[in-house]
Amino acid sequence: MTDYDKYLRLDKFPLIWCPGCGDGIVLKAILRAVDRIGLSQDEICMVSGIGCSSRTPGYVDVNTLHTTHGRAIAFATGVKMARPDLTVIVVTGDGDATAIGGNHFIHAARRNIDITVLLYNNWIYGMTGGQASPTTPRGKRASTAKFGSFEPNFDIVALAAGAGASFVARETVAKPLALDKLIERAILKKGFSLVEVMTPCPTTYGRRNKPADPLLMVQDLKDRSVPRGKVEDIPELERESAIVTGVFVDVNKPEYTEQYAGLVEKLGGRRTAPAAPSGGSKTP
Amino acid sequence: MSDTAAAGTRTQVLSGNEACALGAMAAGLTFYGGYPITPSSEIAEDLSELLPKAGGAFIQMEDEIAAMGAIIGASLAGAKAMTATSGPGFSLKQENIGFACMAEVPCVVVNVQRGGPSTGLPTMPAQGDVQQARWGTHGDHAIIALAPYSVAETFDLTVRAFNLAETFRTPVILLLDEIIGHVNEKVRLPEKVEIVERKGPDAPPGKYLPYRHTEDGVPPMAVYGRDGYRFHVTGLAHDQTGFPTNNPKEIDLLNRRLVWKIERRRDEIVEVVRERCDDAEILVFAYGSVARAAHQAIREAREAGIAAGLLRPRTLWPFPDREVRELAERVRTIVVPEMNLGQMAHEVEWAARGACPVVPFGRVDGLPVSPAQILHRIREAARASGREARP
Repeated sequence: MTDYDKYLRLDKFPLIWCPGCGDGIVLKAILRAVDRIGLSQDEICMVSGIGCSSRTPGYVDVNTLHTTHGRAIAFATGVKMARPDLTVIVVTGDGDATAIGGNHFIHAARRNIDITVLLYNNWIYGMTGGQASPTTPRGKRASTAKFGSFEPNFDIVALAAGAGASFVARETVAKPLALDKLIERAILKKGFSLVEVMTPCPTTYGRRNKPADPLLMVQDLKDRSVPRGKVEDIPELERESAIVTGVFVDVNKPEYTEQYAGLVEKLGGRRTAPAAPSGGSKTP
Repeated sequence: MSDTAAAGTRTQVLSGNEACALGAMAAGLTFYGGYPITPSSEIAEDLSELLPKAGGAFIQMEDEIAAMGAIIGASLAGAKAMTATSGPGFSLKQENIGFACMAEVPCVVVNVQRGGPSTGLPTMPAQGDVQQARWGTHGDHAIIALAPYSVAETFDLTVRAFNLAETFRTPVILLLDEIIGHVNEKVRLPEKVEIVERKGPDAPPGKYLPYRHTEDGVPPMAVYGRDGYRFHVTGLAHDQTGFPTNNPKEIDLLNRRLVWKIERRRDEIVEVVRERCDDAEILVFAYGSVARAAHQAIREAREAGIAAGLLRPRTLWPFPDREVRELAERVRTIVVPEMNLGQMAHEVEWAARGACPVVPFGRVDGLPVSPAQILHRIREAARASGREARP
């Protein structure tokens, strides 16, 4: 049993998220993954952008950085390059990472820098009041798509895979135990890793698009989930609305900070000398 | 860059951009994140060689915004961090410069100014970003901006930019212009420079307040994951703990402290050079490469019998208002030549508060202000104030 309290800033509770929001489920899954890996709080740096999901780091008692809209991965790249000894986890959303921050997302994947991106996809800009995002499904309503969105969506998993990520997975908050296992694998992966987490926003998405009931929204995620290997088994008509879950990419290839360290060594430099932690050891 | 340049102690010929890269290394740079843009790219090119050799980190980011974000992240993780850009890139960085002001993250942003607005004149000089350096990011904030007028001074002010950033926990803007960036000059770099390190935590982990309202206005700064200090950093208005707050009293304290911590120590920050100001009747206020032309112009004016002097700020922000005011009371006219349409002349006029006329002279055609043009304005000013040159 995970001692969640150990990792939480309980004095910052209650959470900012609305009743029925799935973000708390992701938060607990992250903590279970971190706890199982046995990471110390000092060696984790959690970075976020702007949005509901990006308020996660405020509640986690690690080194936390709440940046500007879309830029979490850029800030995180600086943290990781300056201090490769830190485990860097980015928490972001569909708008934050694939609209305003899309460039940083694909380039971090291309570099294969050892950052874990946990992307909460709720198909909407929740914090700003339910505007359409790059993942708002066709026909679904948003405060800026009052007649239903007609824009095609990003397939975030395909985007990360195409850009060069080492580990790419998708899961829903309807299966929290499967989720924490994927997050654990993503953190342990050396290289850029992405977990897309499908999570409901009853307040700004559900109310407009039904069902609005949080339980029904989670049930809907569960019903539409299809493990990656079983897509062929479902009727063709259901495939378009299916949420395909599981691991899509898991490969080993050169990681950015390791390659940079190799260059420094070849040139006779001493990596991170000025910026290394004065404590030295990684674990307490 | 030649090996001679990298050696750094003998007399050598360097461009301003090369001197900036060497100055950054001398100041203890350990992280550079940048994006290619003319006329600043040589800084990144040089550092892509110097940093890995010294064990520091260099990364070419995917865009200007990312470069600014990366140096903030690196600084919080303990690095001395810098980026360099030019006008269009400087515009893109503004939001994250504001983050560095708000979250009090030391870093250095170099802007080798070129002609604007927009894409403007990529290979030609301008000084059109001096007000953007002050007010480019939204909201109230203080800023420090320095402007060197020579290659040697570029080295010195780059070192100073880092030291001020670390002293005040703030971004520092280093404003070169295309001429200073690309001019080659013989310089003798110092063997040793004074380096300032940021003030570390003043309380044990658990008791440490990352945004404490200290007496000097600058909160002590821990490093992510070092010695058990864990803290939260946000661009939201925050209290002394670093966590967001909506408490008007806390917000007011924060906003005022961010300005006050720099304004109250402006005497430490403001540096001006006065040339022949003691008996000057016509004063030229000039900075950056224009100050080189002004230096020549006041010499020629003196030869022609006009008592001309030069006030050359090395610090543009905080603005040297008292230094201007003091001279405004003694001279007859202040001439302000700039490669913009009067951006600093407004400040000079405000500082002079009517003590004497302020004559702006702006050039925005991509060409440098010449000594002859400044001399012409000095002569006009002398005539207007009844101080004709001797025949």
